[in-house]
Amino acid sequence: MYFSHTPAEREAMLRTIGVKSLEDLFQAVPAAHRFPDLRLPPALTEMEALSEMQEYALANESIQELSSFLGAGAYHHYIPAAVDSLLRRGEFYTAYTPYQPEISQGTLQSIFDYQSLVVALTGMEVSNASHYDGATAIAEAVTMAHANFRGKRARVVLSPAVHPHYRQVLHTYNHGTPIEVVGEDLDLTAGPEALIPLIDPQTALVIVQYPDFFGRIYDLTHLAQAAHAAGALLAVSVNPTALGLLKTPGEFGADIVTGEGQPLGIPLSFGGPYLGLFATRKEYVRKMAGRLVGETVDNRGQRAYVLTLTAREQHIRREKATSNICTNQGLMALAATIYMSLLGKHGLRQVAELCYHKAHYAAQKITALPGYALWSNAPFFHEFVVRCPLPVDEINEHLLEYDILGGYDLGQDYPQLENHMLIAVTEMNSKEEIDRLADALAVLSYEEEASYE
Amino acid sequence: MNIPTELKYTENDEWIRVEGNIGTVGITDHAQEQLSDIVYVEILVSEGDRVAKGDSCATIESVKAAADVYMPVSGKIVAINEKLPDTPEMVNSDPYGGAWMVKVELSNPSELNGLLDASAYQAKIAASE
Amino acid sequence: MSEPLLCELSVPGRVGFRFPEVDVPQAPLPEGMLRQELPLPELYEVDVVRHYTRLSQLNHGIDIGFYPLGSCTMKYNPKVNEEVARLPGFAHVHPLQPEETVQGSLALMYQLQEWLKEIGGFAGVTLQPAAGAQGELTGVLIIRAYHEANGQSQRNKILIPDSAHGTNPATSAMSGMRVVEIKSDGRGNVDLEALRAECDESLAGLMLTNPNTLGLFDENVEEVVRLVHAAGGLVYGDGANLNALLGIVRPGDLGIDVLHYNLHKTFSTPHGGGGPGSGPVGVAEKLVDFLPGPLVDIIEPGDDEEPPLYGFVYPKKSIGRVKAFHGHFGMMARAYTYMRMHGKEGMRMISEYAVLNANYLRARLRDVYHVPYDRICMHEFVAEGRWPDIPDIQALDIAKRLMDFGFHPPTNYFPLIVHDALMIEPTETESLQNLDAFADAMIKIAEEARSNPELLKTAPHNTPVGRVDEVKAAKELVLCCGFRSTDLSSK
Repeated sequence: MYFSHTPAEREAMLRTIGVKSLEDLFQAVPAAHRFPDLRLPPALTEMEALSEMQEYALANESIQELSSFLGAGAYHHYIPAAVDSLLRRGEFYTAYTPYQPEISQGTLQSIFDYQSLVVALTGMEVSNASHYDGATAIAEAVTMAHANFRGKRARVVLSPAVHPHYRQVLHTYNHGTPIEVVGEDLDLTAGPEALIPLIDPQTALVIVQYPDFFGRIYDLTHLAQAAHAAGALLAVSVNPTALGLLKTPGEFGADIVTGEGQPLGIPLSFGGPYLGLFATRKEYVRKMAGRLVGETVDNRGQRAYVLTLTAREQHIRREKATSNICTNQGLMALAATIYMSLLGKHGLRQVAELCYHKAHYAAQKITALPGYALWSNAPFFHEFVVRCPLPVDEINEHLLEYDILGGYDLGQDYPQLENHMLIAVTEMNSKEEIDRLADALAVLSYEEEASYE
Repeated sequence: MNIPTELKYTENDEWIRVEGNIGTVGITDHAQEQLSDIVYVEILVSEGDRVAKGDSCATIESVKAAADVYMPVSGKIVAINEKLPDTPEMVNSDPYGGAWMVKVELSNPSELNGLLDASAYQAKIAASE
Repeated sequence: MSEPLLCELSVPGRVGFRFPEVDVPQAPLPEGMLRQELPLPELYEVDVVRHYTRLSQLNHGIDIGFYPLGSCTMKYNPKVNEEVARLPGFAHVHPLQPEETVQGSLALMYQLQEWLKEIGGFAGVTLQPAAGAQGELTGVLIIRAYHEANGQSQRNKILIPDSAHGTNPATSAMSGMRVVEIKSDGRGNVDLEALRAECDESLAGLMLTNPNTLGLFDENVEEVVRLVHAAGGLVYGDGANLNALLGIVRPGDLGIDVLHYNLHKTFSTPHGGGGPGSGPVGVAEKLVDFLPGPLVDIIEPGDDEEPPLYGFVYPKKSIGRVKAFHGHFGMMARAYTYMRMHGKEGMRMISEYAVLNANYLRARLRDVYHVPYDRICMHEFVAEGRWPDIPDIQALDIAKRLMDFGFHPPTNYFPLIVHDALMIEPTETESLQNLDAFADAMIKIAEEARSNPELLKTAPHNTPVGRVDEVKAAKELVLCCGFRSTDLSSK
C-alpha cells in the first residue's frame, strides 16, 4: 500500500501535534457535513484491481484486433519500443514542472530538444513546450493574434476544412469575447484561396489545416500573401507526419503553426492525452502562451537550461496574462521528442512516404469499385474522401463483421457530405489489409446493385 | 534610494518631469529595485496617440515579475524612447535619465496637483515596507 | 559535465529506425509540394536511449525522494496505474470508434463520473478538461452560460481571494470576466466585510480555494457561500487542494456550485514533468445542462445477463467542447485504478494522513520557522523563509540549500500574502522517517543560516548544475538548436 504509518507512529505524531485523534484535525469543517458516508465500493488489492481493469479493457475492440482505416485527427502509427521504455523512467514521469532548474535539467533539456525538433519540422523559429491538443492550440492561436493587435482586430477567417472538433473548441473559447469568426459556411470543394475575399483590415488571423480535414494538400503561398497584405496573421494546423514529406508552413509564410502531435509516438488511448504543437516566428515569441525553455549558464560556468519569459504567464501576470495555461503535455512532448530523435530525418521521411503510397493505393482500389468515387481531385496525403453507395454507418457495421474499422462518417459534421467516408491509411495497413477492405466494400456495392435490379 | 525632488510621482511608482507643457514619464528607482533585473520593455503607445491618465503606456518584465506603466496625466504622446526596448537594463541603471519611456503634451495640467511630491512618495514607500 | 544536445550528437548519414519497404505500387509524389530538406537529427537507437537516460538522471522525481511542493500534491504514483493505462484494450482504441466497440472505456468513464460526483457531492461531472486550468475555464464558462440563460448577462464580475492561484484571475479574464480581488482576514479566511461590499447585481461568482493556499480550511465557508448565493452569484471551488477533503467533507454539501478536480494531484496520476494533467469538473443540479459535451451515459439499462449499453450524450444547453475527443482517457484509467484500490475507507485515510503529515511537519518546524497563520492546517501549511536577525537570507536560499540534502524544495514565494513564503505539502504517502529527515534538514539549515550563511547563498552544491543565470536566458533567448547547421557542415 501507499500509506506507511503504524498505529504507534500515528499516536506519536498526534502527540507531537498536540491533538488526541485524527478527528480533532478537522474541527474547522462544519460538523453537519463532516465525514460523509460515501457510497463507494470497498477497496481492492492490486491483483483484484488489475483483473477488473483487464475486464474493462477486454470489453473494447482494440485496433490491434481490427484493421483500422479510421483517422480524422487521431492516427494509428507504429511506436518504436524505445519510446515507452524511456517514458517509463520515474525520473521523468514522477517529476513536476521544472521550476527548480538545478534538479530538473533532464526535463528542461528534453523540452529544449522538443522545441528544436518542432522548429525544424515546421519551418518556424520558436516553439513552446506544448499545449493540450490540436484543438486548444488553435484556440490559443486566436487569443494570441487578438492580443498581438491589442484587441483592435477582431475578425478570424476560419476554413470549414479545419477539424470540426477544433472549430467547436474555438467557438467555446471565444464565446463572450469580441472575436467574430467567418468562413465556415464556404463551399467545401473550394481550396484555401476561397478564404481570401473574406480577409479584411479587421482580420487578426486566418486559420487553415494542412493537410486539411479531408486529407487534401494545397499550396498556401497565396493565402499567406493575402493575409499579410491585409496585415493579418496566418495560422496553419498541421499533421506532423505529413511534414516528413511536404513543404513546411514556414515556407508558405505562415506566422503560427499549430497541430496535433499524437502521430509522433503517442498511442491512440481513446482520445488522450495527446499533444498540442505550437510554433511561431521570433517576433511573436512574447505573445505566445505556454512554457518555454531557454539556454543559459550556471554559476559554475556550465551550460544549463531554465524556464524563461515566465513573466508572460498566469502565475505572475494573473488577470493580465493572455492565457491561463499552466500544466502542458510534458510527458507527451517527451514521447514526441524521443520518437523524432529515433526516426530522425530518414525515418520520418520514410513513414510519410509509406502513408502516402498506401493511401493512394487504397484510394485507387476503392474507387475502382462500382458505386464508390473520390470526392475531390485535389492532391492528398494519407487520408481521402470517398462517396459511397450506402450510408456510412451501414457500411461500417458491415466492415466490422470483417474485423475492419471503417472510416469516419462525414455526414455527422457536414450535412452536405452524407454518405461520404473519410478513410485514413498509415504504415500500419499492409497491402493485404487494404485489399481486404476493398473486397469487403465490393461485396456491399454488388449487394446494392443487386437490390436495384 | 534616489527620489529626485524636482519630479512628481504616482502611487504606482511612475515619475513625471514637467518642462513647459511637456511631461516626460518613467518608473522610479524604487520600482526598478523591486522588479530586479529588467529584461524587456515594450512601449504600448505611438507618437500622436491620445492617452488618458491611468492608461497603460508600457510594459516591463524582469525574470520574476511584470509591471505595467500607467500615464500619470492625460494628453498627446509626442515622443517615445525607441532605444529603450533594445537596452532594457537602462531601467535599472538610469531610471530617471536614459530610461524615460514617453513624452506627453499635457491636456489637463491640473492633473499634476493630484500627484505626489518627493517627500510624499518617500512616505508612501516607507509605509508599504 | 553537460549532456550534449541532439544536434551535437547527430552524425550525417546515420539511421536510427527502419520501417518495412513499401508493399504497394508507388504513386507519383505531389510535384511542387515536397520539402527540400528535413533538418532532423541523425542518430541511432543506442545514442537516443543513452541521451534520454542520462537526461533523466539529472531530474528529481517522487520515485527518487520527498517532494513537498505546496499545492501540487506530489504523492506517490502507483506503478500498477501505468500497467493499466497501457493495457492494449485501452491504449490502442481510437476515439471515434463505434460506441459498441468501446463499451469498456465508456463503462470506466461512466463509473469514474459517478465516483467523482459522489466524492464531490455533485449532480453531474464532465471528464473532458485537459488540466486544472482548463477545468477552471470550463467552470467559469458554465457560470457565465447559466447567468445568460437566466437573462442576467450583466453579471460579469468574478471575486477572487488574494491568496488564490494565478490561474483563477487569468481564467476569469480569458472568459471576458472582470476580476475583483478580495482580501484575507487575520485568520487567513475570506474577509466577510470585503466580500459583502462586492455582493451586487454585477456579481457572477466567487472562485474559492478551500482549503486555501495557506492550507487553512475557511472557518466561515458556509457564510461565504450564503452571501454569494444571496447576491445571485455562484461559487466556484478550485479543487487544487481536494486532497484534504476526501471523505472529510463534500464541497457540494457546502453549497459549492462548480468544482474542478485534478486527477494529477488528488488521484495520483503522474505529473509527467509538467503534464498531462486532467481536470474533470463537477456541477450542482442547476448547472448540469451546461456541461461541455459529450458526457457518458447509460443508453439502455442492463439486466441480470447483459451489462448496460453506454454511449455519449450532449447536455441540452452545453457550453460546447473544450477539447477534441473525450479528454485524457489515459489519466482516467489511472485515477480509476487508484480509487478502486482505496475504496470508501481508503479515500478518507488519504485525506486524514495528508492532514496528519502536514500538521506533524508544522509542529516540528514552527519553533524554528515563523508560521504566520499558526492553527491546525489541512494538507499543507505556509512558513516564512526569513528571520529578522539575518535579513540577507531569503526563502530562495533555504529552498536551494534543501536540494543539497536530497529534497525537492517547497513551493516558494507563494502565496503572495506571506513574505518569503515556503509552502509545504508532504502528502499522505510519506513515512514518519521521511518527514523527520526533512524536518531535521530544515532545522539544520536554520542553524547554517546563522553559522555559515554563505553556504546557503551559494547553494545548491551537490546538484548537476548550480544556480542558473535567468537574466541571460531571458535576454539572449536561445530557444532551440539548429539541426540545419550540422547538415550544412557535412556537405
